[in-house]
Amino acid sequence: MQIGPVLAALRHHKAGTLLIAAQIALTLAIVCNALFIVQARLARLSQPSGIDEASLLVIGNEWAGKPNADQMASLTAADLDTLRRVPGVANVYATNAYPLGNGGNVMGVGHSPEKLKYVTSAATYYSDENTLSTLGLKLVEGRNFRADEIGLLDGKGYMRPAVIIITRALAMQMFPHESAIGKPVYISASPSMVIGVVDRLRTPWVDNSMAKWADCSTLVPYRQLTPITHYVVRVQPGQLDEVRQHVRAALYAANRMRVISPKDGVRSFAQVREEAYRDDRGMAILMSGISVVLLLVTGAGIVGLSSFWVGQRRKQIGVRRALGATQHDILSYFLTENLLIAVAGVVMGGVLAIGLNLWLMKQFEMDRLGAGYVLAGVAALLLLGQAAVLAPALRASRVSPVEATRSV
Amino acid sequence: MLAYYLRLGLRSLRRNPVLTVLMVLAIGVGVAASMTTFAVFRAVSANPLPDKSSRLFVPQIDPWGPQARIDGSDIPDALTYTDAMALMRDRKGARQTAIYPINHTLIPDDVSREPFHVDGYAAYADFFPMFEAPFVYGSGWDHAQDDAHAAVVVISSQLNQQVFGGANSVGRSLRLDDHDYRIVGVMADWNPRPRFYDVNNDDGFSDPPDFILPFTHAVDTHTDTSGNDLCRGTTGRDPGWDGWLRSGCAWVSFWVELPDSTAVQAYRGYLQGYVAEQNRAGRFHWPAKTALFDLTQWLQQEKVVPPATRMSLLLSLGFFLVCLVNTVGLLLAKFMRRAGEIGVRRALGASRREIWLQFLAEAAMVGVAGGVAGLLFTGIGMLSIGLVFDPDIARLAHMSVSLMGLTLLCALVATVAAAFYPTWRAAHVQPAWQLKSN
Repeated sequence: MQIGPVLAALRHHKAGTLLIAAQIALTLAIVCNALFIVQARLARLSQPSGIDEASLLVIGNEWAGKPNADQMASLTAADLDTLRRVPGVANVYATNAYPLGNGGNVMGVGHSPEKLKYVTSAATYYSDENTLSTLGLKLVEGRNFRADEIGLLDGKGYMRPAVIIITRALAMQMFPHESAIGKPVYISASPSMVIGVVDRLRTPWVDNSMAKWADCSTLVPYRQLTPITHYVVRVQPGQLDEVRQHVRAALYAANRMRVISPKDGVRSFAQVREEAYRDDRGMAILMSGISVVLLLVTGAGIVGLSSFWVGQRRKQIGVRRALGATQHDILSYFLTENLLIAVAGVVMGGVLAIGLNLWLMKQFEMDRLGAGYVLAGVAALLLLGQAAVLAPALRASRVSPVEATRSV
Repeated sequence: MLAYYLRLGLRSLRRNPVLTVLMVLAIGVGVAASMTTFAVFRAVSANPLPDKSSRLFVPQIDPWGPQARIDGSDIPDALTYTDAMALMRDRKGARQTAIYPINHTLIPDDVSREPFHVDGYAAYADFFPMFEAPFVYGSGWDHAQDDAHAAVVVISSQLNQQVFGGANSVGRSLRLDDHDYRIVGVMADWNPRPRFYDVNNDDGFSDPPDFILPFTHAVDTHTDTSGNDLCRGTTGRDPGWDGWLRSGCAWVSFWVELPDSTAVQAYRGYLQGYVAEQNRAGRFHWPAKTALFDLTQWLQQEKVVPPATRMSLLLSLGFFLVCLVNTVGLLLAKFMRRAGEIGVRRALGASRREIWLQFLAEAAMVGVAGGVAGLLFTGIGMLSIGLVFDPDIARLAHMSVSLMGLTLLCALVATVAAAFYPTWRAAHVQPAWQLKSN
């Protein structure tokens, strides 16, 4: 297909040509960045928590009437007993926080008691000897806590664990070249000996600002004696709904001086995950929606403008046909014309996309847009242009040579 | 004449129904996306106390020193108990209050009913007049009751409804955990959005507090904070409640009312003086930073407008821009197709001005139709924002009269603006050429 005549014709439609190219450029810039955001959000959504989510329930319990620490110790022990007796419950422990739960304690973990010289921040999970088996954590090195190592910590007590279990990610940061087992780490003024390393355990937070240490967690051998505690319950296979329905009533039957919210006091881990990532999912939905509609609008715009051009040139098409141009020649003329405009558009759009990304990076702590996204966007818009122009171009190719002889 | 142009426009629009519908839909969708995200943005970036925001301030004092900021972090966004109490004692502002979020379980008198969870704040007497909290019954407490560590409480109208059926409950007693409190006031529905006085702990858009009780009493009863407890820069502490109060942990919010710029200057000086005094006393060993933010600065400092909200607004506006470029192209096609008709009109004596009027009138009709489509789509958008934004935030955005007006206006103005270039082209059609070629 000769490009010269196409370019010559385009010179007579500068404004229309520019408008389509500009629209393609803007669409490319926005769609690339929107899809990049979608991908980043979806990637976060699919990060593993390291725990056996499918068989876990969490219960938020608050003691009413402010029992003292001793009373809370025995009340919690009684609750754990009650929960173990609920049919379908496999294991249970009490804690301050759990992965994706969006609440808990952060500690600096370092090699010396000097608090400000920590290596990394890490989440602290209060645990007992049942924690590993309840969460389904894989111990890759060392051992679990023993029952006699579990201490009690009242509300404003100061934690100094003698032994500690850490995640592999944290162990790699603290001791990159050797095994962490038996080594001391500092999360308080006194050393805690690492007795176990678990494969993976996420922190309670999903915020971007905490993403750097999202897999750095510690398990400390304490039961926290504060009014609000969480029970993490592992259920036997297939019993999740059954246990979820009965567990609140079972606890209230044992002791009414408590609050377990009827609305969200008992949650399956699927719910915990859904709530933790609600914002990410929302953003992904919005950005994909905008991208789809934007592509539709741009496609429709191309159809509209090309149809107009075809209508305008019926007579010239007729002349060309009368002079021997085949239907195929006419078809490929319009396809080539669109391709030329679209190429100009995507070149501008590629530059715009990268510029927009640089600006977004400055404003919103985003990552750099990969070249793959721009290339995929370019391909998508070129295809969209060709698909959109196809119908008007086919209509043009069916213009009869007789039109050349008609005036208006 | 305008009526005639509108009739002409309508006829022209009817001639290419597909093109017309395409333009109207594109404008409608574009304006609706922008309006929906704008409604959310407007709700979260609103000034919660417009008549007073320039007189309310948050003081900050760096209790940890520069060595705690090596990783680029800022000074903590709360005060230590020690500093907050010193500021409360000195009373250098017209009004001031230390605040911290707390929760309790409420134990109903009727033993057959289960205890339930209530959220609230511990604050000083100045809280109510300073933040202009409205009351249905009674009022806040006074300074004497602060000093007496009195067991009094102000409750929300919602809690009053739930516990007392909405009756005047002033003077009655309320059991929160292990203490009885005498109710002194019932607030009217009051929940400034964002809830500026607690944005350092909360997203600022959650449910209103159920109760507010004296700070001094909450500390007496060892009521822990339900908000953040920032201890990053502290080097250990003594165990127990008193050890925590004396520690370098920052967990107390502080607000002060300063009536004019002289008072603001004086307060800045006072904070500097306070820090210097702490240096002399040996508590700080560094030139400690202080800061004083007014309400709007504080909301910015705490990044109350979620980045996702701003980002979606910006991308929606970009989307609207593409829709407009699309409209320019389609209008151009539509207008130029009628070059012949324009030539005839011009030859018969129509001035350029009349061509302008005719085509802008046609564009305005597209704009109005786009606005109506936009209203419909904005309505759909409002129903589905729950899918996209946090429910706390999504429920703030609603279809108001002003938003409806803005939707129509945006669509109309944008479409007419988009029609300028195509109309200019139409007005410059050379009548002679058109007549000749036919």
